[in-house]
Amino acid sequence: MDRGLLEALNSERAARRAAILVTHLEDGSQSLIRKTDDYASEPLASEFDKRFRSGRSGTVESETGDVFLTVSVPAPRLVLIGAVHISQALVPMAEIAGLDVTVIDPRTAFATEDRFPGSTLKAEWPQDVLQETPLDAFTAVAAVTHDPKIDDFPLMEALRSDCFYVGALGSRKTHGKRLERFTEAGIDPDLSNRIDAPIGLDIGAASPEEIAVAVLGSIIRALRKPPEHGT
Amino acid sequence: MTSDNLQIADVLQTAEDWTRAGRHVALATVIETWGSAPRPTGSHLVIDSDGNFEGSVSGGCVEGAVVAEAVDVIETGKPTTLEFGVADETAWRVGLSCGGRIRVYVEPVN
Repeated sequence: MDRGLLEALNSERAARRAAILVTHLEDGSQSLIRKTDDYASEPLASEFDKRFRSGRSGTVESETGDVFLTVSVPAPRLVLIGAVHISQALVPMAEIAGLDVTVIDPRTAFATEDRFPGSTLKAEWPQDVLQETPLDAFTAVAAVTHDPKIDDFPLMEALRSDCFYVGALGSRKTHGKRLERFTEAGIDPDLSNRIDAPIGLDIGAASPEEIAVAVLGSIIRALRKPPEHGT
Repeated sequence: MTSDNLQIADVLQTAEDWTRAGRHVALATVIETWGSAPRPTGSHLVIDSDGNFEGSVSGGCVEGAVVAEAVDVIETGKPTTLEFGVADETAWRVGLSCGGRIRVYVEPVN
């Protein structure tokens, strides 16, 4: 492998950007495909799409012989706004599913170590936390406080940062008002339509624990399945 | 997936660090697995010309053979593909006791 290529791949990894190292096994020639590159005209374009979603490395056949794809995608993160009852159930479930979870809630009565033992917990305003640790395309954001003062900023930031999942708790009526506020704040309504609201898969979830399952299901679907047209 | 990604990050970073430090380095990558192979496709092992290594391609069964081949690869500068498993004639010498088979691509870093 060319040393420059190795350095390029490592710097993509360090910056939490997805990339695929393409190795032609016949002659050893290599190239690096970044997720942000325009690779649509490449013969393996649909394979790249698939691999960026699955994150799995593997050998594929091409016109010029076998090609190995070293797939590098950042570990998915979940930023949960609100240290509420739903979050207490969602944090362990999401961690078991392989997500790196951070809970943010400025209300110190909610964000306590007792309620979230061993979790990454920030008893601060989301705007402060997100300035230090910005959102990215491999992060899911779920806002569950019901309080616009806390939820609105991280949700708008999630839309601007192209987070792979953006969900918000609240009834259709509450969400309607939220969309009005976002439009006033200058967010493109097409972007706002990405918000999963009412939050979670439609499985009739009733208890906080069941809602947590529904939310996690939505997050995994957003991570693994290609976006449906018109949504 | 998370832990695999971390493992890849570590080994690839080690390969870069060793190369920067002036060491002659080869990178081994599991490119295919059959049966109950111990390490998934995409796992890496980094080796230098003195036979030092980090990472794993099999959890210990065939690393010795990969390291020996890697030292040759560093000398010749030519990548090679190795195959290990019970169906292979090398199984008596170095094989996978789990009954799986793996293919490993070994390339120089320069």
